[in-house]
Amino acid sequence: MPMRRWWDRAQPVVGAPGARGLGVGREEWLQVARDVAASGGAFLSLWTTLNDDGARGPATDSPGDTAVYCAYLTDQGVLIAELALPREGEEPTYPGLEEIFPAASRLQRAASDLSGMRSSDPDTRPWLNHERPYEFIRVDGEGVHEIAVGPVHAGTIEPGHFRFSVVGEKVLRLEAHLGYVHKGIERRFCGLPILEGHRLAARVSGDSAVAFSWAYCQALEGMSGCAVPRRAVWLRAVCLELERLANHVADLGALGNDAGFAFGLAQFSRLKEDLLRAISAAFGRRYLFDIVVPGGMAVDLSQETADALADTVRAVCSEATELRGIYDEHEGVRDRFTAAGCLETPLAARLGVLGLVGRASGLGRDLRVDVPWPPYTELYVAKAVQQGGDVAARVAVRFDEARESGRLLLQLLSALPDGERAAAMDSPADGAFGVGLVEGWRGPVLVALQAGPEGSIRRCHPHDPSWQNWPALEYAIMGNIVPDFPLINKSFNLAYSGVDL
Amino acid sequence: MRALDWITQVLEVVAALAAAPAFLGWLNQCRAWLQNRRAPSLWLPYRNLHKLFHKEAVIADNASSLFRIAPYVVFGAMVLAAGIIPSMGTRLPLVVSADAIALVGLFAAARVFMSLAAMDVGTAFGTMGARREMMVGFLAEPALLMVIFVASLISSSTALPAITENLASGRIGLSPGLAFSAVAFVLVLLAENARIPVDNPATHLELTMIHEAMVLEYSARHLALMEWAAQLKLFNYVCIGFALFLPWGVARGHIGPVGLLVAIPALAVKLAAAGAGLALIETVSAKMRVMRIPEFLATAFLFAVLGLLVHVLLGA
Repeated sequence: MPMRRWWDRAQPVVGAPGARGLGVGREEWLQVARDVAASGGAFLSLWTTLNDDGARGPATDSPGDTAVYCAYLTDQGVLIAELALPREGEEPTYPGLEEIFPAASRLQRAASDLSGMRSSDPDTRPWLNHERPYEFIRVDGEGVHEIAVGPVHAGTIEPGHFRFSVVGEKVLRLEAHLGYVHKGIERRFCGLPILEGHRLAARVSGDSAVAFSWAYCQALEGMSGCAVPRRAVWLRAVCLELERLANHVADLGALGNDAGFAFGLAQFSRLKEDLLRAISAAFGRRYLFDIVVPGGMAVDLSQETADALADTVRAVCSEATELRGIYDEHEGVRDRFTAAGCLETPLAARLGVLGLVGRASGLGRDLRVDVPWPPYTELYVAKAVQQGGDVAARVAVRFDEARESGRLLLQLLSALPDGERAAAMDSPADGAFGVGLVEGWRGPVLVALQAGPEGSIRRCHPHDPSWQNWPALEYAIMGNIVPDFPLINKSFNLAYSGVDL
Repeated sequence: MRALDWITQVLEVVAALAAAPAFLGWLNQCRAWLQNRRAPSLWLPYRNLHKLFHKEAVIADNASSLFRIAPYVVFGAMVLAAGIIPSMGTRLPLVVSADAIALVGLFAAARVFMSLAAMDVGTAFGTMGARREMMVGFLAEPALLMVIFVASLISSSTALPAITENLASGRIGLSPGLAFSAVAFVLVLLAENARIPVDNPATHLELTMIHEAMVLEYSARHLALMEWAAQLKLFNYVCIGFALFLPWGVARGHIGPVGLLVAIPALAVKLAAAGAGLALIETVSAKMRVMRIPEFLATAFLFAVLGLLVHVLLGA
């Protein structure tokens, strides 16, 4: 086992269970990546220190102290490789990972836009920086033409630019260009009080508020050595599963609508609204912002409200099952879903697709099962895996996961342990480093956190699995027809805000 | 008597203009009810037209005069078609002046102008919409002609009033040939009017649009005319359906006051029923893949041919 030697050398990192950190040299940087790939591990994220050059935020890094980090998901847990980069010239470079993990390319380009640290990979086009010109890859041939869509769309959706090269209705190539909602979130984290950073983390991608704030708190609590009360941990899982259920229900409706089956949208929208109202009655907010706080939960749940919430969840799940029958038996809907946007298992594995999209393409990774963190260490979670890789498979995974979330919620709500809702928290020491890893509804959400002086944040890197899955969308659409793109895109339902940061 | 014919003719066109938005509103209401939603007001299409007529028109810099003229041509064609179709009486001055084939030609002319205008500005979406519209058109028109031929064979005339009078006289009874072509006609109607399952009039997804993609560049009064024309087209198609398959209530011969008093409520009742029926079809179907549209329209053509064969073979 080549991974063995890295694992033995690595130091434990607080936060996510089993997390380890490893300082590597330039040659080892690539070797670690190759060994992770060979042992079936996944590439999670890549980030660099931020320098102070032209920084709008407060300067927190001492000059010369620059490094690039890469997080991998292995069987034992998350492994973080750190490559220290001495500042020899103006723009330090590091070996690029694109050949081993194609998904690293965009992260490297984004990191280069943020910090100036470049990888050695050939694609040096900017990603977040839209002031520099951007060359799309052209497809030549008889009858090939381009359709440019966005960033402003006909509907109220997030901005992204999609460049299709088509012959007639058939898509030969799609290239997405994102970064239109870049807000400078990573820079904004620098210098924030570390005990308040969960508020910003929750807003990285609003539909994954619980996942991001939990991952942030997991890292922070590890760094401070805070033991979260058991009741709070269970309540967090309630919130995470509610978020999963609400998003899946909303997506299932939207998928029906994009197939021209408005009945589906009307029904699932009603179910989502029922759920949001129940959440509002239980937690005092429709969307679960600022409810997972360092040390525990912002709100406790009485047994009566827990029972009322369970009743709604039960009703929503039983109606969703009924609607699944309608989707499955509707000839027109089935025809639209089946074989559309197919992402086959070998391609998905090569691209390092994560989360829900990966599970629909036969990649059975689910952190709740593979690297469980409390309370999932005590719970049985059934993985929802489909082999098809098409829209129908992604719909089926959503239905299965919604049902499983409903089952988990009923279990969690019926047996909430007694105890405090939160424990006292202290700021971690300057320089402390932690990582949080949570399976959000899209997939694994990672937050890497480093403390600065006087209870501030030195560096925080939130990572959404959409980074890995956006490039996969470009492959899934190949050979499909242009008007099927919205449906295929919806079946992925990737974050814009969460990756533009 | 002639005076009343003229009055009825004017009334027929005005009624079509006035009722077309309401018919769409009614269709949308039925759709909403069938989906368990609260329905929008019946008057929403009117408010929308009112709003659009009071906005400032914005036209692309590189638009030619064709782009400006097209809404008027398309709208004019639909108004003329409304006058030709015998929705209230069969001996009205305009109704007798053109036959069914001319009517199909009129729709085709509107389609050509609309598609040219869509391509005029040179956006990807307009061209895409025009391309798909021509595909739908060239498959739908033969099917529509076949439908009309069945009715023509039965009545030995391609003139709509003659067909309507013949069918309304009750001599024909229930013809199996007509039943087949009625099915074909409904399929053509759905395709030609950009309804589900062929096109989704409610979508905001540019890449899936057919009709909406063609009018994306229009604004204000031009868009209002295009939308009103689309509503009129739907109204006209439904009225053609009535003329061919449900001619009861239409005043035969030169119109009298009694005939008019029967014709108007009869039309209203038939429209209400047709709206509810269309809404039902649209609610239970999903939008099909664009590549399936040829199959869909080939089915329509097949049904029309079957109707023709059944008529010839059974002599019915």
